[in-house]
Amino acid sequence: MTPDALLALWERWSRIAGVAGIVLSLVGFLINREQFLRSYLFAYIYWTGMGIGCLGILLLHHTVGGKWGLVIRRFLEAGARTLPFMAVLVIPVLMGLSILYPWARPDAAQDPAIRSKTAYLNVPFFVLRTVLYFAIWTVYARLLSKRSEEHDLTGDDRLIRHMRALSAPGLVVFVLTATFAFIDWVMSLEPEWFSTIYGVMFLVGQVLQAFALTIALLAVLSRFAPFDKYLTAQHFHDLGNLVFAFTVLWAYLSFSQFLIIWAGNLPEEIPWYLRRLGPGWGAVAVFLVLFHFAFPFLVLLQRTVKRRATLLLKICVLMIFVRMVDVYWLVEPAFYPSRISVRWVDLATVLAVGGIWLSLFFWQLRTRPLLPMRDRRLEEAPRETVAF
Amino acid sequence: MLTETRVASQIELYGLMASFRQPEPLLAAARRAHSEGYRHLDAYTPMPVEGLADAIGFRSNAVSRFVFCAGLTGAAGGFGLMYWISVIAYPHIVAGRPLNSWPAYIPITFECMVLLACFTAVIGMLAMNGLPQPYHPVFNVDSFERASRDRFFLCIEASDPAFDPVRTRRFLEQLDPEEVMEVAP
Repeated sequence: MTPDALLALWERWSRIAGVAGIVLSLVGFLINREQFLRSYLFAYIYWTGMGIGCLGILLLHHTVGGKWGLVIRRFLEAGARTLPFMAVLVIPVLMGLSILYPWARPDAAQDPAIRSKTAYLNVPFFVLRTVLYFAIWTVYARLLSKRSEEHDLTGDDRLIRHMRALSAPGLVVFVLTATFAFIDWVMSLEPEWFSTIYGVMFLVGQVLQAFALTIALLAVLSRFAPFDKYLTAQHFHDLGNLVFAFTVLWAYLSFSQFLIIWAGNLPEEIPWYLRRLGPGWGAVAVFLVLFHFAFPFLVLLQRTVKRRATLLLKICVLMIFVRMVDVYWLVEPAFYPSRISVRWVDLATVLAVGGIWLSLFFWQLRTRPLLPMRDRRLEEAPRETVAF
Repeated sequence: MLTETRVASQIELYGLMASFRQPEPLLAAARRAHSEGYRHLDAYTPMPVEGLADAIGFRSNAVSRFVFCAGLTGAAGGFGLMYWISVIAYPHIVAGRPLNSWPAYIPITFECMVLLACFTAVIGMLAMNGLPQPYHPVFNVDSFERASRDRFFLCIEASDPAFDPVRTRRFLEQLDPEEVMEVAP
């Protein structure tokens, strides 16, 4: 089986899963509109996060030029190109603003904690900002993909410098827009609460899941042409180190936020954690500490795991799953503060949005060669790290 | 033949060294030498060469295991220290929190882990690679200074059980080196 046939097969499966998910979600929508929106927001944030993470890694790769990035660049570009389509899928969230977000409700003006924030948290400005985020991300995704495609045809090295010149300032714009996006879409579900570390914490998690997805894909495709000719153990080692680094960074940022709020113990801050450590949600938090940090941390310390594609694949699959749990734990307690409540619609919406996202991703992936063949840096293996 | 063997064995040798102009022949030579059964060998290059550590039979690095154990010890020690201070030695209620307020211990635990792991990494590295080393026989070879510029060296040491001054020299010469040199001890 050729890699293209494999990708076509996955695209078809994704489309089938997506259609099944859409049908189930529609049933959920007809039964309970409020529950549908709550589940949809979670699924939407998780899968859009894949695209946002891909764009972030792409900008990082073009800026620093590491050889690890060349082998996953086409995955990243395909992931980033899904963002304009995800902009369409935000429409249900925008239509349900007054159901999802307390600040968008008619009675919000009576709450003094929200009233002082209405200059920022109001429906027109929220919609405008969301449109702006997607416009900016789409421009970067398009500019970088276009130049990368041109480089495939011409092999002109000026294009590489051009992409770097775009990406370095682009990284600043990206981190700012992504920070504001997560503050808007997720943090404002509990509008009385705020945390300055939140945007970066969320973004690092989404970059981590994008790394996990692209590396998993690379590991599966590694025995096919054209990957088999270029991939070395060192490529996986470098990528494994990046997963390790982002896992630790996620833990560092998450714990920092927790420690500061726990130490302050202020009435406007601590309820956010009281909700997330309450019945049921507390067990999810312990699960995250163990499987989003402790277990992958200990496993990824080992050099052999990072150098072997099959082992790294397993860790990446785990990370793809625990990221979903983390997004769930961040989003849903806003709706179910007293105890955990997993509904079947949660799974239906994950299937629907996930099926759509993955089929878009594989479709975009198949429109270009799977490796940037004219990039001369592809010929050289990354420099070997002996110890770590 | 007989005299050659006697002359060579009379001079005390640290080993035999071959020099190469490119990293690839060195890599091939190192692989050949290892497969011929030589174990006491070392390679010297002006830049990292992919796969070379593997080729000369470097399998795993014990320092990383020491560092891991030191990190665990540091973390346990840091947490234990904080626990002992706050719960056993000076049990004061602060801000209405329980005595064992573990989130507050984590930064110290983390710092102690990093401290012990780093010291172990640096000291363990120096202890196990034998640095600082004011004298090393390989510098007796005149052209060896080029190991930090544009030459690649493979040295088979005389302490290797498979080492024989004549046979090893012949083996090195057939690897197509630029030169084969004796290294005085």
